[in-house]
Amino acid sequence: MCATCGCSGETILEPHEHDHEHQHEHGHGHSHTRTVTLEQAVLARNDALAELNRKWLAERSILAVNLMSSPGAGKTTLLERTIRELGSELRVSVVEGDQETVLDADRIRATGAPAVQINTGSGCHLDAKMLAGGLQTLDPPEGSVVLIENVGNLVCPALFDLGEQARVVITSVTEGAEKPRKYPQMFRAADLVLLNKIDLLPYVRFDIEDFLDGARRANPGVEVLQLSATTGDGVADWYGWLRVRLP
Amino acid sequence: MHDRGGVHLHEMAITQSVVHAVCDRMGDAQIRRICLEIGTLSGVVADSVRFCFDLITEGTPLEGASLEIIQPTGRARCRDCGAEFALNDLLVLCECGSANRELLAGEELKIREVEVMA
Ligand SMILES: Nc1nc2c(ncn2[C@@H]2O[C@H](COP(=O)(O)OP(=O)(O)O)[C@@H](O)[C@H]2O)c(=O)[nH]1
Ligand SMILES: [Mg+2]
Ligand SMILES: [Zn+2]
Repeated sequence: MCATCGCSGETILEPHEHDHEHQHEHGHGHSHTRTVTLEQAVLARNDALAELNRKWLAERSILAVNLMSSPGAGKTTLLERTIRELGSELRVSVVEGDQETVLDADRIRATGAPAVQINTGSGCHLDAKMLAGGLQTLDPPEGSVVLIENVGNLVCPALFDLGEQARVVITSVTEGAEKPRKYPQMFRAADLVLLNKIDLLPYVRFDIEDFLDGARRANPGVEVLQLSATTGDGVADWYGWLRVRLP
Repeated sequence: MHDRGGVHLHEMAITQSVVHAVCDRMGDAQIRRICLEIGTLSGVVADSVRFCFDLITEGTPLEGASLEIIQPTGRARCRDCGAEFALNDLLVLCECGSANRELLAGEELKIREVEVMA
């Protein structure tokens, strides 16, 4: 046994007579460690920043909504229509998350709404720090709406709280009805599910009952609205959902 | 990108968050071992975290640390009939048919403890 610390050391010594001073090698080359209990959330840093965003938004009575989907589900198309149709009623600005391009922000600006593009590079989701930067740049007016288009991905965005008031998951009928079963964490995180591209229902095989059952299993009681961002079918319900959440 | 057989950017971001969280709490103390809790319903794949841990921790106080991952399994209580049951995924219903359940375990994503040089 090591006299300094009481640990058992690393070398096993042959038993020997103890009629001499201990001289064998024991230069504390072995490790002395202590265990520290942390019980800390892995995403604590992001969660703290998200709380700051939430407070910042609340102080300004701004409604921030986080839209999440696979690439191509129709987020940008729905934003464009929403701004065109509600633009006179609501002041809307947009935070666009994308890995590389600025195309979506350009599409939004073409509607006349302010937009800021955040490129996440290799990152596949927005986080609270990115949203804070986006909000600083946008400087949205009091009482306005900030719509956040997250990076197209049904996995990571579910884990990263941005400080938004509501999370909307968009999925389209061309993606198949099993999306809630494949990505239950994402559907569980949703405050609203939008089923988009219903204008294509006559052309694709999509079992709505099966889709609704998957969504209910992942998130009992979650509201699901069916719409088409291109034809405008069903979008009135989405606008209604937004209106009741206005500060 | 999220192909379950390939590189998982998602778990890289999580592992990066682990490094941040440990440094926030422990400063630059050299970490010898870290124990994480990653619930089976958390949406984070423990094997992917293992896979990228050495790469992400390189040049940080966690470099060379041994990684232990505890994976609590899912448990829920039914809000309709009160039954407690195990669930392997978020799609499992209570035996009574209800989806209305409160998750008791399985969503953990935390750092339980670290071992540092004394
Ligand atoms: N038929 C149909 N196409 C849609 C609808 N919504 C979006 N799209 C098309 O889907 C493609 C991807 O849309 P986009 O808004 O860029 O998706 P995002 O990646 O989620 O932003 C585009 O070609 C859109 O025109 C819809 O409701 N019906
Ligand atoms: Mg888009
Ligand atoms: Zn029950």
